[in-house]
Amino acid sequence: MSLPAYEPVLLKYANQRGMHTLEAYLAHGGYAAAKKALGMKPSEVIQAVKDSGLRGRGGAGFPTGMKWGFVPSPEKVPGPRYLCVNADESEPGTFKDRYIMEGDPHQLLEGIIITCFAIGSNTAYVYIRGEFALGAKIMEKAIEEAYRHGAFGANVLGSGFKLECTLHRGAGAYICGEETGLLTSLEGGRGYPRIKPPFPAVVGLFGQPTIVNNVETLANVPHIIERGAAWFKAIGPSDDPGPKLYCISGHVKKPGYFEGPMGVTIRSLIHDYAGGMIDERPLKAIIAGGSSCPWIAPDKIDTPLGFESLKKVKTMFGSAGTIILNDSVCVVDAMWNILRFYAHESCGQCTPCREGCGWLAKIFERIEKGGGREDDIATILEICDNMRGKTICVLADAAAWPVQSILDLKNYPDAAVFRPEVEAHIREKRCPLGKHKAVHAEMVKQKGKISPRLVV
Amino acid sequence: MSFTFTPERRAKLDALILRYPKKQAALLPALRMAEEQAGCVDFDAMEHVAEILDVSPAKVLGVFTFYTHYRRPGTGKHLVQVCATLPCALRGAEAVFDKFAAELGIGQDETTKDGMFTLKKVECLASCGSAVCVQVNDDYHENLTAETVPDLIRKLKESR
Repeated sequence: MSLPAYEPVLLKYANQRGMHTLEAYLAHGGYAAAKKALGMKPSEVIQAVKDSGLRGRGGAGFPTGMKWGFVPSPEKVPGPRYLCVNADESEPGTFKDRYIMEGDPHQLLEGIIITCFAIGSNTAYVYIRGEFALGAKIMEKAIEEAYRHGAFGANVLGSGFKLECTLHRGAGAYICGEETGLLTSLEGGRGYPRIKPPFPAVVGLFGQPTIVNNVETLANVPHIIERGAAWFKAIGPSDDPGPKLYCISGHVKKPGYFEGPMGVTIRSLIHDYAGGMIDERPLKAIIAGGSSCPWIAPDKIDTPLGFESLKKVKTMFGSAGTIILNDSVCVVDAMWNILRFYAHESCGQCTPCREGCGWLAKIFERIEKGGGREDDIATILEICDNMRGKTICVLADAAAWPVQSILDLKNYPDAAVFRPEVEAHIREKRCPLGKHKAVHAEMVKQKGKISPRLVV
Repeated sequence: MSFTFTPERRAKLDALILRYPKKQAALLPALRMAEEQAGCVDFDAMEHVAEILDVSPAKVLGVFTFYTHYRRPGTGKHLVQVCATLPCALRGAEAVFDKFAAELGIGQDETTKDGMFTLKKVECLASCGSAVCVQVNDDYHENLTAETVPDLIRKLKESR
């Protein structure tokens, strides 16, 4: 097998040393697309992005041009419009935006200029996650350079268009990657998501129309303007096109991030890009797009990675964070880990999520430690059912999806592959793979009651 | 001990406030500046920030406690944050954490007696392709294994 013929677009320069400077960016024709866009009508820019078929790269895969089109006209809703760049990359398994910001930040800034012009915004905020200290430093410097170059400020690239851009550092909260959570955080609050509708495009930051776009999404925009929608549409599958950054982690020889056309198969990502499975051990499960995605079984390995193609096998492309699990992994142990994450990151506003994530994590811990009960699976599925679609944002759903995908035989065919292992844990009252000792019974005996931490 | 921003930081904050239509939006960056100046964010710093941004100290405390990445008072000089989320866990995060714990003689959320190290297990640092990842203060240390932990600790000790 070999890599498909493909010339990198997004990472063409990002992977070379020293290409993060303005000088380097200008030397290879940077900011030409912004100039071109500023000479077009905003509606033409939006149309070009619509025609390209670009879909948001942050998780939901919503058509970008269509999202921009939702911003109401100034006659309908007067006052400022905002662009918020979602650089809060925190879905486990995802680590792509970081490399755009660290390696080629001006590509993102140029995307910001074009987007702001298209949606009529004079203010952009880049919300970068608190942990990215290096990325923040590089972005800060790049924004300063762009101001000096006249790419931001009162007269963007001599066009008369005004644009201010500010970097805003978060402080460690997964939920701030949810678009409305990001907005409340940016306004100086706890990162609590808001009920939609109204959608941010109509009532967003400071109550004004706001577009929230992912870093990679915006990095695509200058290329669409420069080379045209038809060029973009010709890359990868026509219903789901474009250049794409793939992240692969877990049990592969060379984990990392790679650029390819949309629609690279999981097999190709594992074997051509990531060097194959560690020690050639067999594949046990695929998490295609980040930890919240339903798991799929090894027989789905030839599925192309894309929003549409993965939907067909009952999972999602999410933020392209593919996690590969080999046969050494205990399903219960891995799921407990995922659930711990969501229990930790739930913002606590909605009861089904705040309580549900914690309960699920505790039940999986108990099962893993040999305290499984016969009715656990039914209880788990009932909790999931009470979490799905019953909260302000989708964090509760994100925690429930992977759990349902390994247990809910009715809705997820691949559950038939994973569920027997969970049942074996419960039946044998221990982890058959020996990941954790069956300490639960001992704890109950010693304390005369179940450890409060494990009570469900 | 009261907290006041240095004149340079105060000027920087005042300029930043103007970049938002509402003062309060500068809250997260203001706390970050306080952290930069004092090495952590304490109640005095929160009160000072509250006064500048025209919000109640309770509001600032409420926001502060929502976010895990600010340094709390009593944090060691090197804040060791071991990513324990699935992609890192698959590559041995537990062993890396245990090695730190054994070498430093402390557990989760504890600080060494000399105040040099605080050890934490944290959630995903977005460095899954170079697992195991450990963030020490601002810096990412990637592709760590239990075997390379003592070397990193030695380097950190030397970097005082």
